[in-house]
Amino acid sequence: MTNSWTDIRNTDLVVIMGGNAAEAHPCGFKWVTEAKANRGAKLIVVDPRYTRSAAVSDVYAPIRQGADIAFLLGVIRYCIENDKVQWDYVKAFTNAAYIVKDGFAFEDGLFTGYDEKKRDYDKSTWDYVIGADGYAVVDNSLENPRCVWNLLKEHVSVYTPEMVERVCGTPKAKFLKIAEMIAECSSPTKTMTSMYALGWTQHSKGSQNIRAMAMLQLILGNIGVRGGGMNALRGHSNIQGLTDVGLMSNLIPGYMNLPTEKEVDFDAYMKTRGFKPLRPGQTSYWQNYKKFFVSFLKSMYGAAATPANHFAYDWLPKLDVPFYDVLRAFELMHQGKMTGYFCQGFNPLQSFPNRKKISDSLSKLKFLVVMDPLDTETARFWEKHGDINDVDPAKIATEVYQLPSTCFAEDDGSLTNSGRWLQWHWAGGTAPAEAKRDTWILAQLHLRLKQLYREEGGAFADPILNLEWPYADPGDPTAEEIAKEINGKALGVVKDPADPTKVLVEAGKLVPSFAALRDDGSTACGCWIYSGCFNENGNNMARRDTTDPDNTGAYLKWAFAWPVNRRILYNRASADINGKAWDPSRKLIEWDGAKWSGYDVPDIAPTAKPNEVGPFIMNPEGVSRLFVRGMMRDGPFPAHYEPFESPVINPVSPRMQSNPVARIFQDDLRQFAKAGSTEFPFAATSYRLTEHFHYWTKHVRVNAVLQPEFFVEISEELAALRKIKLGGWVRVWSKRGSVRAKAVVTKRIRPLICDGKAVHIVGIPLHWGFTGVAKEGFGPNALTPFVGDANIETPEYKAFLVNIEPIDWPEA
Amino acid sequence: MNMDLSRRQFLGTAGAGLAGGALGAFGFGEIEAAFADSIRPFKLVNTTETRNTCPYCSVACGVIMYSKGDLKKGEPAEIIHIEGDVDHPTNRGTLCPKGAALLDFVKAETRLRYPMVRRPGSDKFERISWEQALDRIARLMKDDRDANFIAANADGVTVNRWTTTGFLAASATTNETAFATYKVVRSAGMVVFDNQARV
Repeated sequence: MTNSWTDIRNTDLVVIMGGNAAEAHPCGFKWVTEAKANRGAKLIVVDPRYTRSAAVSDVYAPIRQGADIAFLLGVIRYCIENDKVQWDYVKAFTNAAYIVKDGFAFEDGLFTGYDEKKRDYDKSTWDYVIGADGYAVVDNSLENPRCVWNLLKEHVSVYTPEMVERVCGTPKAKFLKIAEMIAECSSPTKTMTSMYALGWTQHSKGSQNIRAMAMLQLILGNIGVRGGGMNALRGHSNIQGLTDVGLMSNLIPGYMNLPTEKEVDFDAYMKTRGFKPLRPGQTSYWQNYKKFFVSFLKSMYGAAATPANHFAYDWLPKLDVPFYDVLRAFELMHQGKMTGYFCQGFNPLQSFPNRKKISDSLSKLKFLVVMDPLDTETARFWEKHGDINDVDPAKIATEVYQLPSTCFAEDDGSLTNSGRWLQWHWAGGTAPAEAKRDTWILAQLHLRLKQLYREEGGAFADPILNLEWPYADPGDPTAEEIAKEINGKALGVVKDPADPTKVLVEAGKLVPSFAALRDDGSTACGCWIYSGCFNENGNNMARRDTTDPDNTGAYLKWAFAWPVNRRILYNRASADINGKAWDPSRKLIEWDGAKWSGYDVPDIAPTAKPNEVGPFIMNPEGVSRLFVRGMMRDGPFPAHYEPFESPVINPVSPRMQSNPVARIFQDDLRQFAKAGSTEFPFAATSYRLTEHFHYWTKHVRVNAVLQPEFFVEISEELAALRKIKLGGWVRVWSKRGSVRAKAVVTKRIRPLICDGKAVHIVGIPLHWGFTGVAKEGFGPNALTPFVGDANIETPEYKAFLVNIEPIDWPEA
Repeated sequence: MNMDLSRRQFLGTAGAGLAGGALGAFGFGEIEAAFADSIRPFKLVNTTETRNTCPYCSVACGVIMYSKGDLKKGEPAEIIHIEGDVDHPTNRGTLCPKGAALLDFVKAETRLRYPMVRRPGSDKFERISWEQALDRIARLMKDDRDANFIAANADGVTVNRWTTTGFLAASATTNETAFATYKVVRSAGMVVFDNQARV
């Protein structure tokens, strides 16, 4: 989230699209209710199903899953056409005026530079014209036909209300009503918030779904303001934190990147990370990259990371592919190219697409280690459970270890919520029998590996032997010890660069924040964006002061928010070019002639003059990007593409059906149904019920009872078409698998007319499996396709094709 | 960690103030005391309260766990009740149908209790000690790493990566567990590394 749950109280309009907060985030959704009750805020819900969020909305519109970009670009077109643009914001705070290189174009569904064989773009034209002074060329009059604004105008022109209706199945009148309500928020004193979740991410163009809304929010001037923002609701309690701390193939904590093998040494790696400002006087905060990177290496390798060995740069693994994400991991496993796999609190047999492929892949491993508080299906993937887990244990040679870990109630530490609040929690109960904390398990494994390498030698052991391991009990690090490592400390004396006689941090002390980090090896910091979480003031994540001056919802003394306790990102943009709040009733920070101050920690240098320094300090431009240059694989603007399995031919660009650069493995290609397939004629989607939390609550009696049995949801029209009765058994199958379920025939789902054709939707909730106290049942991943988003490989769970028929099945 | 002034103490203090105030002034002090004596003691009075956050979604509602026994005093502690934290700015004491049933999660029958192993081709899990399990896993890791570690690529560039064993990190472990995991996984050279945010 750019904002926070408690900030939603400040909004005028909530758009829930790509999520279902009332059911999936009920206690956070209360802030929507607050805004409606106290401010007269309105709620718009756009979803294929009439959800409980929709049930309390002011306007609901149906949409075909996978058509969100067409809808959002349609709204952008409407705003431009009707002059509903917050012009002062767009001109001062976005790259609307930047001139784009000649040669950049979009035609027949493709941007310039496409290579069909590589399924990739040459992105060299997707960039600004750079002037003789080294800065990007701009035309503040917006008259140049090659400026971003004019290119955007042209790009969205095809998304007329008629086209939106053809693609999305959303009736034109409904679309126009919503576009009109959204467009009102172009006023500097009206604000809209976007609340989205996996309904937007789980698509082959998920990143561009989100970009489309981010662009709309910029055009309306809604980023950086109270009650505005792009608010990813996020699924689990700490996926924000796990990503911040960099637990992904290509990441280093704090959104830095693991080197690729093209970056042969430290200098080559740093060469592309200079982040020189693209406009005069801009902050371009990533210019500090080297400080964060070196401090990270010092936290990994301590005294063994020296200037002489470039702080052990070579000890980091270097990538040969963009990343080894879960889809690639299981593809490699399927090809027999992997030996072992660890699952720490994760249940891939239930949660990764094409379950048959997942099961076959796990069967090819030599060993699997599962660390979990619960008895997961993945740990028992080799166990026969009727038609639900139809395997032969005798044929599976995988050695499986199931290690019992503690749950939240038995562990200390911090979790980062969707609003970026790091909240500390404490253990209150004794773990069952021999269950252990994850930190203990990992320490034990590391110490054993270290011992084996010491005794036997082996493949390059330096990084293992020299890993910084400064814990009082090396076999059992405490959460507080690790939190301090994450925060960072001074290894030598840190002096003020402006005045070298002034000592900022004494050697051995925790750094106050990342501003104290250095690139000479005199500081160590595990995750720079978290720096300040546990400093010499103590554990700031454990703070519990609910003071909130003027009820803005900031709660600056509650826990700690990254970065540097800032509650609303880009908050400098809440004030106009001169530093006055756009909306005096929603003041956030303002310029008093000498400095920035207000209700939040300013997202800009406190003395940066408003007319000179732009609010988007992480970007070398100093402004936000409507045109994202070559930073996304599938285009500098979003474009509508169909899901890889779609009931219709792409009405916008028939020659380019689906995301042209999404990665597809050869064997999976055979397992996709054709566009408009008669064999698989229905558009399916997956979701979670409010009583359930993924596969965990199968183990919880109350929740197992509340929603006891696997079902699929279909419309009355589809039920009539296929002679399916409410409560009757059905079989639902895709090109990859089949499930058996009870049918719920409902008015909540209606057929949509897309490009003149009736599209029936099949809703498939997830929860069931074969462990826990709930009834055994199937899940949607038996059916879903093995393809991910082109940028980040999140699997396309939200839009795929199935068939359905009534069957006879004996009642249990 | 625990509240400096718990709600229960607060209510107690407020009650005393009432007795000494209006009712006391009217001469009802004894009646109040007698009435208070007739009330069954609050069930959670002998429990230890601990602050935590709900482990499910990312709203991260505050919860209070009530346990018999106090971990901080080195006692075994059994959690007997979990409820929303009224002081928490986001949820203000409320919980959803998932959070309200957290006690059943903590005490689920299918919580894992002992390390187990399933041998190749077997149709069952068997008990194993932590020592045996960890020794064996470390051995499996080292053997695979030694066999398949790539120190340099075809061009002779140092790459130091290990692609044949992977690690799938969680979604609800703490940031501190996350960083410890990061250190152990990366120092081994693992690149097949991901977490739940991907899906």
